[in-house]
Amino acid sequence: MSQETNYIRKDSRMMMKDINQKLPDFKVNSARIARRVKLNNFLRHIFSLSTLFAIMVLAILLYRIGADSIGWLNTGFLTRNLSIFPEKAGIYGAIIGSVLLMLIVIPITTVLGVSTAIYLEEYATKGKIQDFIKINISNLASVPSVIFGLLGLAVFGRMLNLGSSILAGGLTMSLLVLPIVVVASQEAIRAVPGFLREASYAMGADRWTTVRKIVLPVALPGILTGSILAMSRAIGETAPLVVLGIPTLILKIPSSIMDDFTALPIQIYYWTLDTVLTPEYANLAAATIVVLLAVLFILNSVAIIIRNKFQKRF
Amino acid sequence: MTNAISNNDDIVYDVRNLNLWYGDDQALKNINLEIEKNKVTAIIGPSGCGKSTFIKTMNRMIENIPIVRTTGEILYHGQNIFDKSVRVEELRTKVGMVFQKPNPFPKSIFENVVYGPRIHGIKDKALLMEIAETSLKSAALWDEVKDRLSDNAYGLSGGQQQRLCIARCLAVQPDVILMDEPTSALDPIATFKIEELIDSLKRDYTISIVTHSMQQAARISDKTAFFLMGELIEFDRTSVVFANPADKRTEDYITGRFG
Repeated sequence: MSQETNYIRKDSRMMMKDINQKLPDFKVNSARIARRVKLNNFLRHIFSLSTLFAIMVLAILLYRIGADSIGWLNTGFLTRNLSIFPEKAGIYGAIIGSVLLMLIVIPITTVLGVSTAIYLEEYATKGKIQDFIKINISNLASVPSVIFGLLGLAVFGRMLNLGSSILAGGLTMSLLVLPIVVVASQEAIRAVPGFLREASYAMGADRWTTVRKIVLPVALPGILTGSILAMSRAIGETAPLVVLGIPTLILKIPSSIMDDFTALPIQIYYWTLDTVLTPEYANLAAATIVVLLAVLFILNSVAIIIRNKFQKRF
Repeated sequence: MTNAISNNDDIVYDVRNLNLWYGDDQALKNINLEIEKNKVTAIIGPSGCGKSTFIKTMNRMIENIPIVRTTGEILYHGQNIFDKSVRVEELRTKVGMVFQKPNPFPKSIFENVVYGPRIHGIKDKALLMEIAETSLKSAALWDEVKDRLSDNAYGLSGGQQQRLCIARCLAVQPDVILMDEPTSALDPIATFKIEELIDSLKRDYTISIVTHSMQQAARISDKTAFFLMGELIEFDRTSVVFANPADKRTEDYITGRFG
């Protein structure tokens, strides 16, 4: 008999010996089990209280804002432009500003973000450099927004001389949310099973064909979800715009992306600041918050619906 | 590249002194074998013997693992597939592959079959339909799916999915079909259907199949290669390998003494 066979037979005989070995005896301690069950029940209450606390705080916030906005939030408020007189003030200009801002952020972040994710996941050779880049992109996603504001001010506002225009704001916001889109897209692409890529390569498909026809369609729901969440972050961000120096009160409605503008969160910020001068501004801020929260709520719901609908097909 | 043996039209693959390493671990050791046209060549051996590695080397899919390194030659119709002038994309249109686990795309049955033709530039709807029908018929799946070509492929049973993958592979009109344990995830009836299919396909294609099942190798193959720990121990006509193996290790394996 050959060496290999002997070796394998010896190995399997040893395995049989292992299987027949007895486990060492140990006593089950009922008192200990009782203690652990008690601890479990106690922790269950702690955990549910923690959840309740968060929900309560949110409820109080919503109640107060809702109460403050009653009587102020109406169609006139949505369609009128700004005014120093609270009764005549509306957020039409801020809505247009936010919409134009998004029209800049969406194409820039999706194109750059998805392309970066495709490169990192599908093309870049796996190794230390790629890991380093990935870690740094993840880190960028957690850099405070005010720092992106300073970057935007230095590069877009001053160096490129875009001032506090919608373009400057949009580019700054794009930088801010780009890492979020990259990370979300990377995760979505990574979740595409390798056997689909294999099948495509085995048919003679090149890398880009495989990415375009197999990887991206399968990853699309994940990419969309990530992008929408990134958009909702961009809509709600205030700090970068404040740093860029968005003027306090603009009466003109922006007509091009080179115009100065105001956006919903900025409007909330300034109205809240000026509450000392005009108490009714608090109501205007509350009404604006309701509008902004409604938009964010809708965006997040869409993201969740997409995620649930297309989850796990394999 | 030309030489006496490879000019022989009956030799599709001529593997010469093939060595392969995963990093520092050598998985294939000096493999030499020829694969004949319109024959089913079975590759058998215990787990980890290198049989899957070997079959994935024949269409260079193994190179998707970055640490793989090879030496030696694999002549495909006389052309060394490791040659710089050979594009893997082109090689793989000639050498199709069916995997262990059915891996249809999350698309309709029709779109699965015409994936290959589409990426190779065919746009004509009627032509695509014809390709789909012929390929599905060749894969013995047409009658089961002809009324639901636009349904998602994941609604099919495992055996049907695997035949769909074979149809998808046939649609590119390959010359060789490599199969990596194509029935290991299937039940006996589905396995039987695939085996019948392989038997009918060898009229038009050259097939190389990795299998864990000795019975399967005996049933469907013309020639059998026995691998052990990265070495090709024995390669001969299947009847010879099973009835009268030259090497003691082959005999030990096929009689079930290890593996």
